[in-house]
Amino acid sequence: MQARLLLEDGTLFTGASFGAEAQSAGEVVFNTGITGYQEVLSDPSYCGQIVTMTYPLIGNYGITRDDFEAVRPFIHGFVVRRHEEVPSNWRAEYSLGRLLKEYGIPGISEIDTRMLTRKLRHFGTMRGLLTTGNERIEELQERLLGTTLMRDQVARTSTKGVFSSPGDRERIVLVDFGAKSGILRELTKRGCDVVVVPHDTTADEIRRLNPDGIQLSNGPGDPKDVPYAVKMIQELLGEYPIFGICLGHQLFALACGADTSKLKFGHRGGNHPVKELATNRCYITSQNHGYTVLDDTIAGTKLEVTHINNNDRTIEGLKHAEFPAFSVQYHPEAAPGPFDSSYLFDQFLDMIRDHKMNNPQKPRQAQLAEALRGELQYAQK
Amino acid sequence: MPKNNELKKILVIGSGPIVIGQAAEFDYAGTQACQALKEEGYEVVLINSNPATIMTDTNMADKVYIEPITLEFVTQIIRQERPDGLLPTLGGQTGLNMAVELARAGVLERENVKLLGTQLTAIEKAEDRDLFRDLMRELEQPVPESTIVTTVEAAVEFANEIGYPIIVRPAYTLGGTGGGICANEEELLETVASGIRYSPISQCLIEKSIAGMKEVEYEVMRDANDNCIVVCNMENFDPVGVHTGDSIVVAPSQTLSDREYQMLRSASLKIIRALNIEGGCNVQFALDPFSYQYYVIEVNPRVSRSSALASKATGYPIAKMAAKIAIGYTLDEIVNPVTGQTYACFEPTLDYIVSKIPRWPFDKFINANRKLGTQMKATGEVMAIGRTFEESMHKAVRSLEIGVHRIHLKEAHELSEDVLRTRLQKPDDERMFLVAEAFRRGYQLQEIQDLTKIDWWFLDKLEGIVKFENELRAAASLTPELLYQAKRKGFSDRSIAEIRTEGGNALNEHDIRALRLSQGLKPVYKMVDTCAAEFEATTPYYYSTYETENEVTETTKQKVLVLGSGPIRIGQGIEFDYSTVHAVWAIQNAGYEAVIINNNPETVSTDFSTSDRLYFEPLFFEDVMNVIEQEQPIGVIVQFGGQTAINLAAPLTKAGVRILGSDLESIDAAEDRKKFEALLRKLNIAQPEGSTVTSVDEAVGTAQKLGYPVLVRPSYVLGGRAMEIVYSDEELLNYMVEAVKINPEHPVLIDRYMLGKEAEVDAICDGDTVLIPGIMEHIERAGVHSGDSIAVYPPQHLSAELKQQMIDITIKIAKELRVIGLVNIQFVIFQDQVYVIEVNPRSSRTVPFLSKVTNIPMANLATKAILGQKLADLGYQEGLAPEADYVSVKVPVFSFAKLRRVDPTLTPEMKSTGEVMGRDKQYAKALYKGLIGAGMRIPPTGAIIATVSDKDKPEAIEILRGFYELGYNIIATGGTADALEGAGLRVKRVNKLTEGTPNILDLIRDGQAHFVVNTLTKGKTPERDGFRIRREAVENGVVCMTSLDTVRALLNMLEAINFSSHPMPVLQQ
Repeated sequence: MQARLLLEDGTLFTGASFGAEAQSAGEVVFNTGITGYQEVLSDPSYCGQIVTMTYPLIGNYGITRDDFEAVRPFIHGFVVRRHEEVPSNWRAEYSLGRLLKEYGIPGISEIDTRMLTRKLRHFGTMRGLLTTGNERIEELQERLLGTTLMRDQVARTSTKGVFSSPGDRERIVLVDFGAKSGILRELTKRGCDVVVVPHDTTADEIRRLNPDGIQLSNGPGDPKDVPYAVKMIQELLGEYPIFGICLGHQLFALACGADTSKLKFGHRGGNHPVKELATNRCYITSQNHGYTVLDDTIAGTKLEVTHINNNDRTIEGLKHAEFPAFSVQYHPEAAPGPFDSSYLFDQFLDMIRDHKMNNPQKPRQAQLAEALRGELQYAQK
Repeated sequence: MPKNNELKKILVIGSGPIVIGQAAEFDYAGTQACQALKEEGYEVVLINSNPATIMTDTNMADKVYIEPITLEFVTQIIRQERPDGLLPTLGGQTGLNMAVELARAGVLERENVKLLGTQLTAIEKAEDRDLFRDLMRELEQPVPESTIVTTVEAAVEFANEIGYPIIVRPAYTLGGTGGGICANEEELLETVASGIRYSPISQCLIEKSIAGMKEVEYEVMRDANDNCIVVCNMENFDPVGVHTGDSIVVAPSQTLSDREYQMLRSASLKIIRALNIEGGCNVQFALDPFSYQYYVIEVNPRVSRSSALASKATGYPIAKMAAKIAIGYTLDEIVNPVTGQTYACFEPTLDYIVSKIPRWPFDKFINANRKLGTQMKATGEVMAIGRTFEESMHKAVRSLEIGVHRIHLKEAHELSEDVLRTRLQKPDDERMFLVAEAFRRGYQLQEIQDLTKIDWWFLDKLEGIVKFENELRAAASLTPELLYQAKRKGFSDRSIAEIRTEGGNALNEHDIRALRLSQGLKPVYKMVDTCAAEFEATTPYYYSTYETENEVTETTKQKVLVLGSGPIRIGQGIEFDYSTVHAVWAIQNAGYEAVIINNNPETVSTDFSTSDRLYFEPLFFEDVMNVIEQEQPIGVIVQFGGQTAINLAAPLTKAGVRILGSDLESIDAAEDRKKFEALLRKLNIAQPEGSTVTSVDEAVGTAQKLGYPVLVRPSYVLGGRAMEIVYSDEELLNYMVEAVKINPEHPVLIDRYMLGKEAEVDAICDGDTVLIPGIMEHIERAGVHSGDSIAVYPPQHLSAELKQQMIDITIKIAKELRVIGLVNIQFVIFQDQVYVIEVNPRSSRTVPFLSKVTNIPMANLATKAILGQKLADLGYQEGLAPEADYVSVKVPVFSFAKLRRVDPTLTPEMKSTGEVMGRDKQYAKALYKGLIGAGMRIPPTGAIIATVSDKDKPEAIEILRGFYELGYNIIATGGTADALEGAGLRVKRVNKLTEGTPNILDLIRDGQAHFVVNTLTKGKTPERDGFRIRREAVENGVVCMTSLDTVRALLNMLEAINFSSHPMPVLQQ
C-alpha cells in the first residue's frame, strides 16, 4: 500500500505504508540514532510528532516488551527508508509494523529520508501530513494548512493518577510531564521509593507526600505550555532538592527566571557531546528536545550554567546558586543512547543526602505536632 | 588541553612490508599521522622499510628512513636523530612490537624518548594474554575460559578438562599467525606446536571455543582528559570462529538492539579507560545470540585494519585524531574535519550501511587450504556503501573482481549436496555464495542457520535476494517498476541482463543500461558526512544509490577522473595506490579537479582529503560510467590503477569515454600477443620464440618445435597468474587442462624458456621524449616472477653495452606504442642478447621503489605528460637518467606462513605480498639491509641445509663452498651430500624423509638449521619431500631459498660483510 508524506513547504514524498491505514498530521522531526527506534517511538516527548529515523534500516531487531519507554506510543507517524519486516533478535516478539498498526499510527517507508532530513536541517522542523489514503493533493494541502500544532501534549502523556514504585531508600516524587520509564527505572535501580504524580500536581500536594527530593521529568512540547508547573517549582525550590531532565530542565530554568525558545530543528539522537564546565570533560549524551534555555537570559538569575553542548554551545545543564537544584537538557536515563551520564542520578541522591545533613530533621514527635498544628490552622481558615 | 610544547621531534614507526594481516591500512594511518604531526609544527622522523608507501615519500616527514625495522636499526636512528617522542600505535603490530622491544632494551629511557599515545603497560596489558585476563577480571568483563601454555602437554591437559573445540591463539603474532580452532587432540598438538614457534615469547592462549556467537567490534577513542567516544561499531556476517580480517563485515551492527549496543559500548569504554590509552583502540566481542551474555575476545591498543575500515565507513579519520591526541589535544577541541563546524568529540552516526568483503589469494594459490579460521588469509578487502543491505552487499561483491557480479557462483550448482552442506558448515571464502546456492536449491532458512550459525537477519536478506532474482527471471516483462526495484536492491545492469536471459529474454548489460537511461533511471550520489545530515558537511566523499535527491554540486573547474586499483591482492598491491595518489596530486597541481573512484578502504587514495572528489564505488563498468556521466570529466586515466583500471579501458572507450594517456590501442598492442609480436618484429627487437595456441594439440606441437622447457601462460595475465615452466608433454597436457578451465575465452601463449638474467625498466613518455629513470637488475634468473625477484638499482652486473641495448629498445617501443605516461618493460638477457618478455603500458609495481631511489617523481611526471606537458620543459632529457651513487635493493616479502599447503618455491607465478627496500653505499650492505628488513635472520655463522636437484648440483657445490669457507656447517641429504663430499667439503649427513628419523624435517623443527636451500624437483604433488621440507622451513621461520641465485647473492653479501680465514700461501722455494 502507498503512503504519502506532505510537508508544509509543498514537498511530497511517496512511499510505502508499513503502519496503520490512517491520516495524521504533526511536526516532522528527525532522530539520528542508529539503534533504539522502539525507545524513540515510545518516548512521550515525541507526542504529536512525525518522527523520521535517519538510519535507513529500521525494524531489524523487532519490538520487545522490555524496551517501551511508555505504555503506548504518542507519535503521529513514523518515517523510515526501509522497514525491515523480519526482525532478528532473541528478545524480538513482533515487528515494528505490527506495533504501529495496533496503535493506529501510520508509517511510511521507501522514501529518501536523507533528503527529508536535509530539508528539515535547512528549513527547520515543519508541519507534515502523513496519509495512506488516496486523497487528492489539494485536499491534503488544505488539511495540512489547517493543522495547528498541539499544545496539550503534557496533559495527554502524563499519568492521570498517582502511583508509587516502592523502595527502601529516599522518597522521590517524580513529576510526570510525559516521563520516560527510564527515569523511574534509574531511580528504582538505586533503591528509591518513587511516587509518580501527574503534571498538574500542586506544591502542597507534593509536600503532603513528604519527599526527600523532586525529580522533574522530560516531556513533550513547549515548556511555556505548562505554566502551573513553573509555579509549583518556584514554590518548592529550596525546600526540597530538585533534579530536572529535559522539559523538567526547561521548567526549572523558567521557574528561576530564565527564558526558553525553540531551536531550528532540535537535538534528537544519541551522539550529542556535552561538556561539563567544571571538569572540562565531554560526555556523549542522548537527546530529544526542540526547545532550549536561552544563554543570554541566565544573567541576573540565580542560575549557573554547568554544561554546554560542545557543538552549538547551547545550554545543556544548570544548577541553582543557592538551593539544591540542578537540571540537564539531555537524558541521563539513556534508553536509547549511552549510559555515560547515569552518574547524575547518583549526584542527585548525594545532593539529597547533603541536604538532609545540612537541614537536620526535628524529632518525629515534634514534626507530627507541627504538622497537626498546620492542619488545624488550615481547617480554621 | 593544548598540544605538548615540550616535544619538538617525533619518531613515527611504520608497519614495514605488506604481509597478510598487515596491509595498506597502515600506510593510510601512518600518512595521516605524519600529516597531522607536521600540521602541528613538529619535526617528524619516519622509519619504514616499505618503499611502496605514500608515508615514505620525503614530503610526508622531515626525515624519512627506509631502513629495516629492527632493534639495531631503529636504535641507531634514535641515537642519530634524538627524538623527544615516539609514536608507536600507527604502525600496526610491527610498530607496537618495536616500541616494546625498544623500551625493554632500555633504549627509550637511555635516549630520553617519551612513548606517546599508549604506555608500555597498556600495550602489555592488552597483548600479554595473562595480564589481559587479569585486567578483564578486575573490570568484571567476561572472557572465555582459558589458560596460557608454553608447552603442548599443558594444552592437552586443559583441553581434556574443558572439552573440544578449543581455540589456540599465539601471543604477539600478526593476523593470528599459527593459531586456529582444534576439534580434537591431533589438531591441538599440531596447532599449539606451531603457535609456540610463532609467538615471539613462545606462548599460546588456549581457550574454550565460543564459535557460533555473534562477533561485534567497537572502535573507541580516548584522550588524556578521559573523554571517550565510539567511532563505529561493526557486526560480522560470519559468527565467531572466522578471523575478523577474513569475515564479511557490516557497519553499523544490524541485529543488536539499543540495550545490547549500549552494553557493549559501555564495556568498550571501560576497557579503554582501564588501559589508559590516549588514542584509538579496537575491542572485539562475542555476543550470545540468545542472551545478554558476552565475552571480550581481543583488544588492540592501536590503530588497526578495523579502524581504517571504520574511518572510511564513517568519514571520521581515526589515525589523524589519534596522532593529535598523542601530542596532547583533547577530542573536544579538535575540529571534526568533515563538518568543519563541529568537534571530534561526538559519535559518528551513519545513514547508510557499509559492507566489507575480504579479498583472498585463492585464485592464485589454487592449492591453498581455503578454510577460514582464526588465522587470517585475506590479502586485502573491498568496501561498499548503500542504503540497503542488498545494495551495499551487491556493490561489494562486484568490487571484488573475482568474475562475480551478484551473489551467485557459476559453478556452485555442480556441487554435490554433501559438499555443499560441509562447506556451509565449515566456512571458506565462498560461503556467502554457497548460502545463496542453498536457497536456490530450496533449503529452508532454519536449516541453513543450523549449518552456518549465521544470524537470521543476514540469511533472510540473502533469501530475499534469491527470491527477488526468481521474480525478476520469471516476470513476463521487465517493467519500469521491476527494474527500479532491482536497482534499489543493488543489482547491476549486467546481473539483471543475466537473470532475464536465464528466463529466456536474451539481453546484455548494454540493453539494460539503454532501457534504464531511456526511463531516466540513474543513481543519485549521497555524501558520507559522519552525522547523518544533521550538520552541513563539505566533504566531497560520495556513494551512489537509487533515491531522489542528488547531493553532488556542480563546479566550474575541469575535471580528470582517475581509476584506482581496487582490493590488494597478490600481483596488485599498494604500489598501485601509491601511483594513483601521486596522479591525483599531479592533476590538482596542473589546475584540474581530481576525481577518484576506488573501493579499497585500506588506502590513502580513499582518504577523502586526497582528491577533490572521492566516489567510493565499485570499479565496474556501470558504476564508473555513472560517475563519468555525473562528473563529465575531460577524460579518464586508467594507467595507474593496475590491471583493474586497464581492463576498463576497452568498455569505456567503446562507450565514447576519452582515455587520457596511452589509449586502448596502445594497451591492446602490448597485450594482444599477435599485435605485440608484429610490433617487435617491425622494430627488429628480439623476443623469446613462441606462439599463441588455442587447442591442446596445437600446444603440444608448438612446445615440441620450440623444445622444452617452455613457458606457458594464458593471454592477458596479471602478476604471472597461471604462468608455468613446463618440462615435458605430460606436464604441458596437465597444464592445458587447468589453464583452459581457468580461462576458456582466451588462448594460451607458449614461449621458449630462456634461463637468463632478467632486468626491467620503467619509462615515461610524453610522445616526444622517453625518460628512463632507471634500470633494475633481478637477482633471480628468468623463471622467477619479477615481483618475487630481488631487484637491484643501479644494476651491478650489467655491461654498459647491455644497458644501452635496453635503453634503445625502451625508447623504440615507447614511441612505436605511442605511450603517453608510464611503460614498464621486462627483459631477459640470454647469451649477451637482450630479449623483450613483456611490455605494460601502465604504472608498474616498481614505480614507487624507482621513484624513491632515483628521486624522479615518476607518477607525477607521467600524469603531467598525460595532461599535455612536455618532459623537456620539465627539465628531463631522453634516455637513462644519471644513476644514483647509492645502491638500492628491493626484496620481496612473502606470507607463506599464513597459507598452508602453498609451495614456497619461487616460480613464474607471483607469490609475494609485499616488499622492503635496502639502501646503502655498497651493494652488499644494501642487500643485507634488504634481507634483514624482509625478516630474514642472518647469523654470522650457523648451519645450512642443502638438498638440491641433480641439474643444480655443480652450481650448488660452488656456492656452498663459499658458505663453508665462511664457517657455516653444511648439512645435506644423500645425493647432495655425496656431491659435496666429492668436492672435498665436510658435510653432516641427514636422513631424507623416507630414511627414518631423525630426518631433515626434525632438524628444521629443532631449529638446527639457519638456512634451507632446496631446489625444485619435478612434479607438483605436495606429497613430494621437497615440498614438505620447504613448508617445514617456512612454518618454523627458517629462511628457505629455492633459487640458487638468491643463495649466491646471500653468499656474496656475507662474504662482503664477514671475514673468512685463509692459510698463508706456502712460500715457493
